[in-house]
Amino acid sequence: MEQLKKMSASTRSTIITYGMVIVLFAVMQALSSAKVISSSTTGLLVPITAYVCLSISLNLVVGISGELSLGHAGFMSVGAFTGIVVASMLADTITLGWARLLVSMLIGGMFAGLAGFLVGVPVMRLHGDYLAIVTLAFGEIIKNLLNNLYVGFDAKGLHLSMKSAQALGMEGGKIIINGPQGAVGISKLSTFLFGFLLVLFTLTVVLNLINSRTGRAIMAVRDNRIAAESVGINTTKYRLIAFVVSAALAGMAGVLYGLNFSSIVPKKFDFNTSILILVFVVLGGMGNIRGGIIAAIVLTILPEKLRFIGDFRMLMYAIVLISVMLVTNNKTFQTKLGMLRERIRRRKDPDLDLVASRAGGDGNE
Amino acid sequence: MGFLSNLINGISLGSVYAIIALGYTMVYGIAKMLNFAHGDVIMVGGYLCFIGMSSLGLPTVVAVLLSIVGCTCLGIVVERLAYKPLREAPSLAVLITAIGVSYFLQNSALLIWGADPKVFKSIVDLPSISLFDGQLVIGPINLVTALTCLVIMVCLTLFTSRTKMGKAMRACSEDKGAAQLMGINVNTTISMVFAIGSGLAAIAGVLLCSTYPTLMPTTGALPGIKAFTAAVIGGIGSIPGAALGGVLLGIIEIFAKAYIGTQLADAIVFGVLIVMLLIRPAGLLGKEIHEKV
Repeated sequence: MEQLKKMSASTRSTIITYGMVIVLFAVMQALSSAKVISSSTTGLLVPITAYVCLSISLNLVVGISGELSLGHAGFMSVGAFTGIVVASMLADTITLGWARLLVSMLIGGMFAGLAGFLVGVPVMRLHGDYLAIVTLAFGEIIKNLLNNLYVGFDAKGLHLSMKSAQALGMEGGKIIINGPQGAVGISKLSTFLFGFLLVLFTLTVVLNLINSRTGRAIMAVRDNRIAAESVGINTTKYRLIAFVVSAALAGMAGVLYGLNFSSIVPKKFDFNTSILILVFVVLGGMGNIRGGIIAAIVLTILPEKLRFIGDFRMLMYAIVLISVMLVTNNKTFQTKLGMLRERIRRRKDPDLDLVASRAGGDGNE
Repeated sequence: MGFLSNLINGISLGSVYAIIALGYTMVYGIAKMLNFAHGDVIMVGGYLCFIGMSSLGLPTVVAVLLSIVGCTCLGIVVERLAYKPLREAPSLAVLITAIGVSYFLQNSALLIWGADPKVFKSIVDLPSISLFDGQLVIGPINLVTALTCLVIMVCLTLFTSRTKMGKAMRACSEDKGAAQLMGINVNTTISMVFAIGSGLAAIAGVLLCSTYPTLMPTTGALPGIKAFTAAVIGGIGSIPGAALGGVLLGIIEIFAKAYIGTQLADAIVFGVLIVMLLIRPAGLLGKEIHEKV
């Protein structure tokens, strides 16, 4: 405990984050093997880990890099469908389930990262609202293209078509992606343990990036682009790094998600999914990785537990989004909150009176 | 003839986009925010008109007026409750709030009116015009839409250049602080812009649903995004730009649907936006703004 106090704030926070994830995994694993939780909740375990990864990766763009990306589900779908194709192709070559998942995940992540790079190069010339709307447009384009994509695999190799399943010219073999019907007959490779490992991997990548020279440069660009540029930081490069890393991680999470179901359609990864991930990040506190993780877990489990409220669920998301923004960004409200905090602090420890009033000045920032 | 009829359909759809884009561009010009919920105001406008006509049995003109008034009030209320407290906040926060409002409207509509599509009866009850021995058929709604768009554009241009309120709007979009010093009530002006924008959205909603008669809670979302695309293509903040961008986008969409494929039409429309932003980020008729330190 003493040692923990001596560490720097960021190291301490990192350790707490890892600790939280590991403890949560252990508890859930114990609960599910002891059959304490229902089978429907057990079925949610892998999606939860995928959403946690997505939340962490989007936080890198929205929280750390300060750009609003509305097409995160697009990268997720690129990863998912690449992963599914790779996993089906390797079905005979690699019989070991986890090894096949690992290879699919790496290739899926690479493809999503590549998509992120291709999208990022033009997008990074823009800022703010323009960037948001273009990422949204790219998300829609990716969904549209996947809706028209037909992929088959037979003895001759891989067949691709943008027209129809007949145009593939298959000789036996198997159609892996069938346009709007999506991918069917996927072998479920994802496990909770693997999901947990992916969460740890995502955390390691993102936290190390944040606490590195690159991460500090990214945050400098977020806080003041012109100032950052004037001290010699290549703003486009650092924003692009954050964007591509985030896309690649989203792709890997997409593979995990895609290989958890026996069938999946491109429509699953639409604008609503992007917003859902954004809600995790916003509710957890933009830039706060731990908050994002908790929000992802709670908001994935809660709707299942609150089935009876049905349609009100999405309405609640909307209200949550608006109120969080109003509460955290309104000056009047912030001042009142600061005053309340000070009063509580004073009541607890009257000796701190002088210190508190002095610190109160920057508490409202 | 296929080409001509596609062109007419394109202009008609483009006029709807143009009317929506006018609302977007005015709000963006003055509040410097992307009002994501604008598309959903269209949907609310459509529903209000639908209820007015089929449930309340009102005459068409009254139903359309009801829809315009309803949406105008909705616009003012949304601005007052959700956007005004965030006037000083970073743009990311405002944008997320706007997405929240959009979600709120969509899901409220889902709860009130249900998910099943309603069949919207066209507001124009006239026979189609048939030319060249019936080879070219022009729907009356296409003409009405294009004319409405033209009238709205002319009125708005006159309004912003001639009236006191219009001048106040332009002053606010140039510099809010200086406008306030000159005795302009910035808050009222911004409310006014939201009111006009939302009223236009209602008209667009009625026209859109008259042309494409299915009405659902998500009806407004995609046209809303496309209209924003149109506003960006035309140059955001510019009224003729929004109209030009809207019509162009409508024509591109219909031609893409006819000659390339329905499935890929949306991808092409958004592709145009991206290409446009790369070549001319300020849009066709927009002004280049240089960043100051």
